[in-house]
This record gives sequence, C-alpha cells and structure tokens, in this order.
Amino acid sequence: MYSLTVENLGKRFGARKVFSKIDFELHSGDSIAIVGSNGSGKSTLLKVILSLLVPSKGKVEYKNETELLTDDNFRDYVSFVSPYLNLYDHLTAEENLTFFATVSGFNVTGKEINNLLAKVGLEGRGVDFVMGYSSGMKQRLKYAVALLKKPEFLFLDEPTSNLDDAGKKIVFDIVEEYRKETVILIATNEKEEYELAKSIVRLT
Amino acid sequence: MPKASSGLLSRSLAVYFKDLRLELRTKSGLNAIMMFGVTTLAVVSFALGQSGLSPKVLSALFWIIMFFSAMSGLAQTFIREEETGTSLILNLTAEPNSIYIGKLLFNLTLLITMTTIITPMFFVFTDASTDNILPFLVVLGLGVFGLVAATTLVAAIISKASVKGALFAVVSFPILMVLLMVLVGATEKIFDNESLSAVSSELQFLIAYVVVMTTISLLLFKFVWRE
Repeated sequence: MYSLTVENLGKRFGARKVFSKIDFELHSGDSIAIVGSNGSGKSTLLKVILSLLVPSKGKVEYKNETELLTDDNFRDYVSFVSPYLNLYDHLTAEENLTFFATVSGFNVTGKEINNLLAKVGLEGRGVDFVMGYSSGMKQRLKYAVALLKKPEFLFLDEPTSNLDDAGKKIVFDIVEEYRKETVILIATNEKEEYELAKSIVRLT
Repeated sequence: MPKASSGLLSRSLAVYFKDLRLELRTKSGLNAIMMFGVTTLAVVSFALGQSGLSPKVLSALFWIIMFFSAMSGLAQTFIREEETGTSLILNLTAEPNSIYIGKLLFNLTLLITMTTIITPMFFVFTDASTDNILPFLVVLGLGVFGLVAATTLVAAIISKASVKGALFAVVSFPILMVLLMVLVGATEKIFDNESLSAVSSELQFLIAYVVVMTTISLLLFKFVWRE
C-alpha cells in the first residue's frame, strides 16, 4: 500500500498566489481529479507535488508500506504524462523506451517494448524516429514511457491532449487498469476525464 | 514496479550513450568545438607564421585555443536538454549523479576528440616542438579532464539561464583561471624541454584540481539540477 499526503500546500510566484491550503491524502486505489479554469494552477500543483517546483508553503509526503520515500527515491515509483513533457526527437521510440528504462534502473526486453508499443497503438512504429511522429503519436509514446516502470503513482496532466478517439480510449483503458492499485492524479478541464477519478479538487 | 536491477554505472552509461547517439546524429557540440578550434588555429598560424615563437607564447596560445574551443561546445549537452524540453522527463526518471557522470563522460569524449585533432595541427602550424612527449600528454590529459570537470557543472547552471553562450564563458573563466595558469606554466616548461621532475608541482596541482572539482561537482549537481 502506497500513499501520498498533501498538507496545507501553497504556491506563490512573487506576489501572485497560485493556490493555497491544498490538503488531501490518497492511498493505492484512490484517484483524484484537479479541475479549474485556465491559469488556476492545475499544472503548477502537479509540478509541486512532483517536486519539480518548490512549494511556498506546506509539504508533500510519499510513503510505501513501511517508510517515507525520500526526495531521492520517490521518483522510482512515479510516472508523469503531460503535453509539455518532451521525449528525444532524434531517438527512435524503442531507443527512448530502452533509455528511460535503463536510466530508471531496470532492464527491459524487446518483447516488453513491443507489448508496450502495442498497448498504446504504436505497434510497428518502434523503429521510427520520434521527430517523425505526430503530436498524438508522441502523446501515446509518453504513456508507453510512463508504464515502463509500472508506477505506484500516476500523474496525468491533460491526459487526452492531442489524442484522437482511439487514443482517448487507450488512455481511459489505462486509467481503468491502473486505478485499482495505483494512486492517480489527473489535472484536466474535460468532464469525461475528471469523471475517471473518484474525487475532485477544484482550484479557483 | 520492476525490481531495479542496474546500478549507478549502467545508469550513467545510459545517459552517456544517449548523448553520444544524439551527438552523432546532430553533431551540434562537435561541430561547434571543431569549427572554433580549427578557425582559431588557422588565424593564429596565418598571423604569426612559423616565426620561432617562444615556449611561453606557444603554451599560452595552445591553452587559449583549448579554452575557447571547450567553451563553444561543452555546454551543449545541457543546453540541448533545456531547448528541446527533455530536461523535465530526465529530471523525473534519472538520478542526478548518473546524469552528471554520464554528461561528464560525454564532454570528456567530446574534448578528447577535439584535442586529438587540434593538438597535432597546432604542432604543425606553429612549429612548436618538444622532446618530452609523455609529460606533455600527461599535462594535456589532466588539463582536458580539469576543463571538463569544472565546466560540466557550470554548463548545468547556465542551461537554465536565458543568455547561455556568453554566460558559460563568463562564469567558467574565474573557476578555470587558476587551472589555465598552471597549464600554461607546465606546458611552457615542457616546450622548453625541461624534465618531468620540473613540472611535478604542476602535476600535483592538476591532479588535486581534477579530484576536487569532480567531487564538488558530484556533491552540488543534485541541487543545481533539481532546484
């Protein structure tokens, strides 16, 4: 059982308050949607929780069954998909997947890579350079990268951005598969996306 | 989650081979370094000719060429991550130490490649000579490692700034000044055909510099990369 605790979290950029007093606690199998208008701080909140931005106030804690995960090792359990997350254009999809697996500390076989690519609808395109991919194909590949490590915490920012109907169905299937055992956070404005989550945090 | 099966070395090598592969496909860093090195060398040789320059001037010219060539390309490995927007996913997936070691090895490869090409050309174009090949290679190796050890951390710092190119040389210069002074002094003695024992104090300094800079960079890189 893994858990994520967000306590009195706040973020300011200079004098401008982005959000404040965010509190929630999630355990494996919980999912939450962060909703709000454009500029309300959804992506910023995800970045603060992911420790990509320093909070102005409050704290974020990741725990496994027995102990707190440190700033050095919580990333081993976290995957993140976002439109502003870029992969290496001058590497092929397979090279990207192999690199992210190795650099995360584990080995991945060719069969596992093919299975992941098939799962996101990119079978047969693994040897193509990412620079030749459409924005939708890149988004699908980000899901393949995210699922490499079978995450305990899955963060999705605008999860179906750039995707066609088939791509959206793949995302919904992935969320459905992982929501039983994984902590899932979704930042979105799309009703059909935040309905995937069990609860909602609304930013104003 | 799959059980982590690879350690720091294989993670670092993954970063190294990824950068090497990207460099072989884009040639952005090597082209910048080689263009600057060859152009500077050509200008120096045409301006001064083979006019019997003193060892002091020759050694200063050699390390000036090395310094500015390094400045033109060594930051590319971090700047490329920022400009292509890949630093975020790298930050989320890779340990800072493996990133630093991988990028250090990559920059070392880049500068060794440049040195292997530029150094023979320097000897040909400027009529420099020495009988002390081994001491020269030792000083050259330590100099290259020192340049890379110090500038890799600086490259990570300036990659987040808006004016990257100019800032890299400006921030690196104070850190590298002492190193360059010692390198120029040691190379001058070698061009003067003095024995290895004559440069022993410089060698001690160079070894200490490389060890200290690498250690400090390893300790600080996490904060530079993630803050």
